[in-house]
Amino acid sequence: MSEAILRVEGLRKVFGQAVAVGEVSFSLPPAGALAVVGESGSGKTTVARMIVGLERPTAGHVTACGRDRSQPARSARERRRRGGEVQIVFQDPYASLDPRQSPAAALEEVLRLHTALDRGRRRARVAELADLVGLDERQMAARPARLSGGQRQRVAIARALAAEPRILILDESVAALDVSIQAQVLNVLSQVRERTGVAYLFISHDLAVVRQVSDDVIVMRHGAIVERGPTGRVLDAPEHPYTRLLRASVPGPGWRPARRIGQEAKETR
Amino acid sequence: MTALALLGRGRRGGLGALGTTAAVVIVAAVVLAVLGPALTSADPDASDFANAYAPPGPGHRLGFDGQGRDLLARLLTGARTSLLGPLWVVALSMTAGTLIAIAAAWFGGWLDSVVSAALDVMFAFPGVLLAMLVAAVFGPGLSAAVLALSVAYLPYIARLLRGAALAERRKPYVQALEVQGAGSVAICLRHLVPNLMPLIAAQATLFFGYAMVDLAIVSYFGLGVRPPTADWGVMVAGGQPGVLQGYLAESLLAGGCIVVLVVAFNVLGERLSDDCGQGGTFGPSRWWRPGRGGTA
Amino acid sequence: MSDPINRRMSDLLDISGLTVRLPLQGLPRTVLSQVSLRVGAGEAVGLVGESGSGKSMTARSIVRLLPTGAHAEGSIRFGGADVAALRGPALRELRRRVPMVFQDPRAHINPVRTVGDFLTEALRAHGRTPRRAAEERAVGVLEEVGVAGGRRRLRQYPHELSGGLLQRVMIAAALLTEPLLLLADEPTTALDVTTQAEVMAVLDELRRERGLAMLFITHDLELAAAVCDRTAVMYAGRVMEVRASALLHQHPLHPYTTALSAARPRLDRRAERLVTTPGRPLSAFEAPHGCPFAPRCAHVRQRCHDTRPDLLPLAGGQVACLRAEELRQERAVPHE
Repeated sequence: MSEAILRVEGLRKVFGQAVAVGEVSFSLPPAGALAVVGESGSGKTTVARMIVGLERPTAGHVTACGRDRSQPARSARERRRRGGEVQIVFQDPYASLDPRQSPAAALEEVLRLHTALDRGRRRARVAELADLVGLDERQMAARPARLSGGQRQRVAIARALAAEPRILILDESVAALDVSIQAQVLNVLSQVRERTGVAYLFISHDLAVVRQVSDDVIVMRHGAIVERGPTGRVLDAPEHPYTRLLRASVPGPGWRPARRIGQEAKETR
Repeated sequence: MTALALLGRGRRGGLGALGTTAAVVIVAAVVLAVLGPALTSADPDASDFANAYAPPGPGHRLGFDGQGRDLLARLLTGARTSLLGPLWVVALSMTAGTLIAIAAAWFGGWLDSVVSAALDVMFAFPGVLLAMLVAAVFGPGLSAAVLALSVAYLPYIARLLRGAALAERRKPYVQALEVQGAGSVAICLRHLVPNLMPLIAAQATLFFGYAMVDLAIVSYFGLGVRPPTADWGVMVAGGQPGVLQGYLAESLLAGGCIVVLVVAFNVLGERLSDDCGQGGTFGPSRWWRPGRGGTA
Repeated sequence: MSDPINRRMSDLLDISGLTVRLPLQGLPRTVLSQVSLRVGAGEAVGLVGESGSGKSMTARSIVRLLPTGAHAEGSIRFGGADVAALRGPALRELRRRVPMVFQDPRAHINPVRTVGDFLTEALRAHGRTPRRAAEERAVGVLEEVGVAGGRRRLRQYPHELSGGLLQRVMIAAALLTEPLLLLADEPTTALDVTTQAEVMAVLDELRRERGLAMLFITHDLELAAAVCDRTAVMYAGRVMEVRASALLHQHPLHPYTTALSAARPRLDRRAERLVTTPGRPLSAFEAPHGCPFAPRCAHVRQRCHDTRPDLLPLAGGQVACLRAEELRQERAVPHE
């Protein structure tokens, strides 16, 4: 395995008294695809937000492309450089775009920020990115309100890719989409990885989606990693009881939902 | 579910009959104020005591006031001061309020705490009293009143916009821009402010109405616009001796203009804030809309 | 379940030819078109569809909870009575017998009142049950949905409970009125998978113990297949296919069901590429004149654009596809 492009070491985040993430370490190889699986409160989203700098780690280190990013960026240049290394796509397709800005303008803005391309080149690059995620010219010129959830999510992916990041974090990015649209976006993601060699950190609660897009998986619970390994192995032969529970909770043919005894008491907040 | 969402959207957009009427009234008032002197040949300040309280006649369609000045000319000229004063108040308080609100919401931390505490203190000062106090200290005049009212309105505007800016700042599209490495100022100017603009416009419209009443009150007490300058608030006060003698025209006409315009600004402001999804409106408590104010 | 399809002896709910129009942006728009569906006593029927398919609207029609200005045609019969004709007390009785559980329990419970207030309110208002007896019953139904320590729960506020627990409280509330049919509108969509499994287990047990019928609305074909006797698939305000869940899941007959099933990634293996359908799901008023799925269908013929297919019996279920028989033979779907 080549040198990791993203390395997280002893990452910890405490909100007041509550430990959201405690001592999490993992690494992602170039062009790899690592999934972080967990339920609400597992800390998986907090990990993602710390990596992109939207939350400040209480302790631990995040290294991307060989450079430390555990502390806030000091200069505008440093901020932009970090933006060119790691990008993120959020869950909610309806709030992920500025309602007053067309997709083309949003991509153009990112290109102005990250590249020295002239106007014509920028336009060509916008068309290229639109093509990569399967959006046509009319959709790229439309107001976001006129686009469907799936189309908006593709715009968000294209906008993230415009900075030519080495790492793309997808934080439940397909969870809110209709099944048929979700499949389209998942295929777009596979295709983008093959064509650009970007590495994915895929945050999700959906084991079937994780199987489809990731090579390796980390299972998180209550802020800690309980199991890790190649996706196929972890899903087919889970070792940790919690992973087994997750696996058994996925409905499928012949599935009988089972009531867990004594679990209910723990659910109280 | 989708159908329900669409249904909800169907009610929005457009001003409705009442809102459109209000907008027409406001536009008409502005046009009259701008054209003002061109509409009448009479001099609003020329006094001729022979004509005191004279009834309407040719060339003087509304008659004369107690000092024998043409009422129509004074109303039209007064419209300018009566509209310009609130315009300044709104421009000053909205600009300062927006800047403060966005800075507090964006940078958070100690800045936000300081701003919030300062706003709480400022809530303690009622606008009209502050304006009168300033006038009493620095002498009467429109600019003192305008400044005082701007300061008094600032906390209401800043508090509302701070909340809205905070909500906007937490949206994924803003966070995506932060992750991209875009600068704070660029994000605020190019994305945050434009998306807050409908709310800013609605608030500005509402506060225009408030400012108009408050400035009229200050002028009525002789602490704002100084007579003999024509101003509706001044005219209401100036017409009072006439009222006692049975000549109602001056006070009634000036007061009527104020009432009609304030109602129009309120109606339009409410409609606009309904459209930007702001539940109800927010501002100093008002006697004509009891219980809906936001006084701390 | 032995042959649930032909168990027609007692149709608890019978929807036939239901068409609903809503005024959207001033125009009457069709949101449901010729929906026909039956639910037998004690039967669980899944209603599966993507956004805009009209599945929630169908459930709302049953208890007459359509938005103002809605116009409904066709008939809905519950226990033999015409729902459209019910007034006042009779309509309230219907809503007691057919309670609804929603996706977001927090939006449907008053946050400043206790769980106890919420649960006993209806009892004390309707049945004039004394407070003590009402609380007894509330604790009883809480136990039934697997919430222990009922007495303590009654004094808690909604914000003190997790989403899964609160959803169980909503189900308990639905049980208090002696329901015959439960309308469950995506009751587990907002929950974690492990919590979803528990809530589904509770629903499953309740159905068996009480002989409760259920209309289970979901976007998840696999979940419907796992917990429902029969499943109806909706698209653009129409029912495209109704069949026994296991059959529908393994051998879908309608191309849309096939597409929906193929689009979902599998837990047991990774596909090189998922089989996708071009375009996006349409609402009823956007659908073209012929078959609503025609523009996206892989098996489309010219006649699909011209004729709107009816929901017709085929292979032990019903399918609304002109080419269903042909396609079935091509794929050699076994006869029942």
